[in-house]
Amino acid sequence: MFQHDRLSNEITLFQKIKNLDYILLISVTLLSVLSVFVMYSTDGGEILFHTKNHFVKLAVFFPLMIFVAFFNIKFWHNFSYIIYFIIILLLVYVSFFGIKSSGSQRWMDLYLFVLQPSELMKVAIIMCLAKYFHRIKIENVNSFTSITIVLSIIVIPIIFVISQPDLGTSILIALSGLIILWLGGIKIKYFIYSFITFLISLPFIISFLKPYQKLRILTFLDPDRDPLGAGYQIIQSKIAIGSGGLDGKGFLKGTQSYLDFLPEKHTDFIFTLFSEEFGFVGSVCLLILYSIIIFRILRIGSISRSNFARLFCFGYAFAIFIYIVVNLSMVLGLLPIVGSPLPIMSYGGSSMLATMIGFGIVLSAKINHKQMIA
Amino acid sequence: MKEFHIKQMIKSNSGIRKADVINRRMFIIGAAKVVVFVGIVARLFSLQINENKKYLTLSDKNRIREWKLPPTRGNIVDYFGNVIAGNLKVYQLHIIPEQVENFNYLLLRLKNLLNLSDKRIARINKLKAELKPWESIIVSENLSWSQFVKINNYLYDLVGVKPVMTISRNYPFNDVYTHVLGYVSQPNEQEILENEIIQERFVPGMKIGKLGLEKRLENHLIGTNAIQRYEVNAYGKRINQLEHQKGEQGSKIRLTVDTEIQKACGKLLNKKAGSISVMDIYTGDIIAMYSSPSYNPNLFLFGISQDEWQLIRNNPLKPLINKTLSGLYSPGSTIKPIVALSALENKVIDTKFKVKCTGKMELYGQTFHCWKEKGHGWVSLKNAMKQSCDTYFYEVARLLGVDRLNITAEKFGLGKKVLGDYFDNEKKGLFPNTKWKKNNHGKGWVLGETLITGIGQGYIQSTPLQLCMMTAQIANGGFAVKPKIIVDSNPISYEDAKQSMESGLLFDTDSEELLDKKLFKNQKNIKIVQEAMFASTNERFGTSYKSRIDDPKYQFAGKTGTAQVKRISKRERELDLELDQIPYKDRDHALYVAYGPYVNPRYALSIIVEHGGSGSKAAAPIAKKLFKLIIDRHDLRNKQSNFERINV
Repeated sequence: MFQHDRLSNEITLFQKIKNLDYILLISVTLLSVLSVFVMYSTDGGEILFHTKNHFVKLAVFFPLMIFVAFFNIKFWHNFSYIIYFIIILLLVYVSFFGIKSSGSQRWMDLYLFVLQPSELMKVAIIMCLAKYFHRIKIENVNSFTSITIVLSIIVIPIIFVISQPDLGTSILIALSGLIILWLGGIKIKYFIYSFITFLISLPFIISFLKPYQKLRILTFLDPDRDPLGAGYQIIQSKIAIGSGGLDGKGFLKGTQSYLDFLPEKHTDFIFTLFSEEFGFVGSVCLLILYSIIIFRILRIGSISRSNFARLFCFGYAFAIFIYIVVNLSMVLGLLPIVGSPLPIMSYGGSSMLATMIGFGIVLSAKINHKQMIA
Repeated sequence: MKEFHIKQMIKSNSGIRKADVINRRMFIIGAAKVVVFVGIVARLFSLQINENKKYLTLSDKNRIREWKLPPTRGNIVDYFGNVIAGNLKVYQLHIIPEQVENFNYLLLRLKNLLNLSDKRIARINKLKAELKPWESIIVSENLSWSQFVKINNYLYDLVGVKPVMTISRNYPFNDVYTHVLGYVSQPNEQEILENEIIQERFVPGMKIGKLGLEKRLENHLIGTNAIQRYEVNAYGKRINQLEHQKGEQGSKIRLTVDTEIQKACGKLLNKKAGSISVMDIYTGDIIAMYSSPSYNPNLFLFGISQDEWQLIRNNPLKPLINKTLSGLYSPGSTIKPIVALSALENKVIDTKFKVKCTGKMELYGQTFHCWKEKGHGWVSLKNAMKQSCDTYFYEVARLLGVDRLNITAEKFGLGKKVLGDYFDNEKKGLFPNTKWKKNNHGKGWVLGETLITGIGQGYIQSTPLQLCMMTAQIANGGFAVKPKIIVDSNPISYEDAKQSMESGLLFDTDSEELLDKKLFKNQKNIKIVQEAMFASTNERFGTSYKSRIDDPKYQFAGKTGTAQVKRISKRERELDLELDQIPYKDRDHALYVAYGPYVNPRYALSIIVEHGGSGSKAAAPIAKKLFKLIIDRHDLRNKQSNFERINV
């Protein structure tokens, strides 16, 4: 123990800075800069509300990421459960006193900005489960108690989030949790069994969906059944992306966007605007940028000595991947519309906060990759 | 210490095993990630590269909206190229509701400035509720210049008001051509549906021909829409203009009419009900065709007011009826040239044939009166025509029989439409024969009916234009003419027309066949009739002797007619009332047909004055005034004949 502590204490601020993962940092910076330009385009080529706010949030959360990175990974390990519980409490608070907007109750007012705790839960659940699987003996992973505990860790926040209601975030939380279960060594057969059970109970689950959620699924299956109503978003999104072509319509020249045909262009449909203006080439470049980020996180995970850091990095890399896939599949008409932002690119403070904290912890894992955690 | 190490070893051993599991499982996921990303890129590729065209089209469909503007109608010009139906810049006032700060205040201001009626205000409010806020409401379609200036002066106070300049149909000669041209107005639903071209080019505010040539030639006159392309946003609001595609004005159409003569006709029939037609006897060109009274077609352009409409509708002189084509009259004595010609052609009479007129004729106990109570004594054809002796023509008709007369009359155009399908309100008229009566009345023909047919009364009905054409065909030596009002693509000079006509055969450009133009068996008979008509106008005791012109340049030949509107009772005949003592409705129609100059004739005309009294007093004097003008313009017209060739 002593040795380890000394080892960690040896890292000076200078070394911390030196040990930051610069490829990851540059990629995130590029993405941030890009996101400001795209936001500027959604404002119709003017610096208006969304551009300003997005920039301010980046200016606050980007340094926050570095700040988070300077804490030893051990610190984050130690506080994982506490953070998880705090966010559970926030979810409880929101479910009673949260701000209501367009039919759901997800937000709490922090005076400076409005926080959506469920977004933070996307990172917290990875931390919490990473710690659990770090500490448990590998022999006990598949014990009844262990499975009960990890499932509870996943299900409890989901109950709150789904009742807000917020199906998109619930699914993302669930997927982030499940991936840690998978990485932690839960037997494959359990996954297969529960997948089969899920399929069988699917009709039953659907009957519990809210009418608007059912509508979304129906619309996904056939967007043309109501082209001006429920299918409008997906049709317009496909038109925007498709009309972008190989090299796009050019920056600030996305007609679908500035003539207001695109819905939700600041948030969930930000990729649509990007793809319309920068085309196939731009979209692939963006995907490559995201891939670099994911790859870097995976790499940091694989060089980490502690299983906590490893699990967190792998889990978080997968989460980022899932966010991207769900968002892109949605705007490309491959999945039904569920609210899910594109990391960094989409307008939204809580999502950015959570993403940046996640990157911060990953960077912390990089700085302290030799750190052992008992 | 050892225990600690072992513990540590086990722990780190467990940690390493765990790391192996994590790494292995991560690898599986990593492979899956690549597959998914490749899938997404494939989807992007299919949308953006493979289906790019489709989505680009859809995106353009989204953002580009086309606005059709009303097409500009083609001009209609007279023979000399004067515009008789043109287009005029008009000033309109539009309101764009979304720019208005206080709608009610604005309406109040406009109401005061333009004297808008409450009805109009209500209509504007209704429109405002129906239209989108950025769609303009037309407050006034036609502002006077002074109103336009007034609005522009107060524009600072009228936020959301837009003075607009646009193009509207205009008839510069007002009521002169109404019955020829008709007028344009807003189409109703049925009219839009009936005509495919209108359907395709229709835009709100567009006007179409409702009557006359404006209606008949709609497809030529209409023109094509100018198209403005705008970029619109998702709510349909125009963002910016992309391009402007000019429309083509409709075809220009040149008529055969002469505005000076047409105007003179209007003046001559001022305050009278009646009609004047003037025709070129060789080319068939209609030089004037005026129906009186007329009305101003410009009133219909912006919606006629109820008061003005009632004034036109209730006028007892019936301005809405095109009397030249739709007015059916007994031709009266103007039929006598045809009766004489028919009798000559059928060798029933010759120039020496004489009848003694005692003022009446008895037939099967019925008395048929001559207009001259004392009688004309022994009269030959020339004298009978000159003095319009009814008894002579009773006798000739009796000898001829109605069926033979009918054949000649129909040859000369009675009982048939003159202009064919150009005017859908043209009437056929009627020239009876025995078969017709059997078919339509179920009764046999009576000889007495032959007698009155011989003086142009009874069943016989003709339009003024038919009488004009009949006269033209006598005047040109008995050849068929094809009347026309539109100068066709290959106008023929009157000399050419005359020459080909006198050769007896003419190649008809419409039906592409050689037509037999001869309407006579023996041209001498035509000459006899012409001489008789000359005598009627230019010799003493002729019925229109007072209206003659001695100067051979203007000298004309004609035949008066007085058509009874009702049967004259014995008592009335004895009273011999003056015109102003008879109620207007019961007065005779005055008719006159003539052609001139007598030597080398060129023009024929027919005049009818409804309830004007006798033809010699009411109709023939009009011809005298008109002939001078018509013949004075003869050279001008000749010079003009090749002026412009227009395809219709």
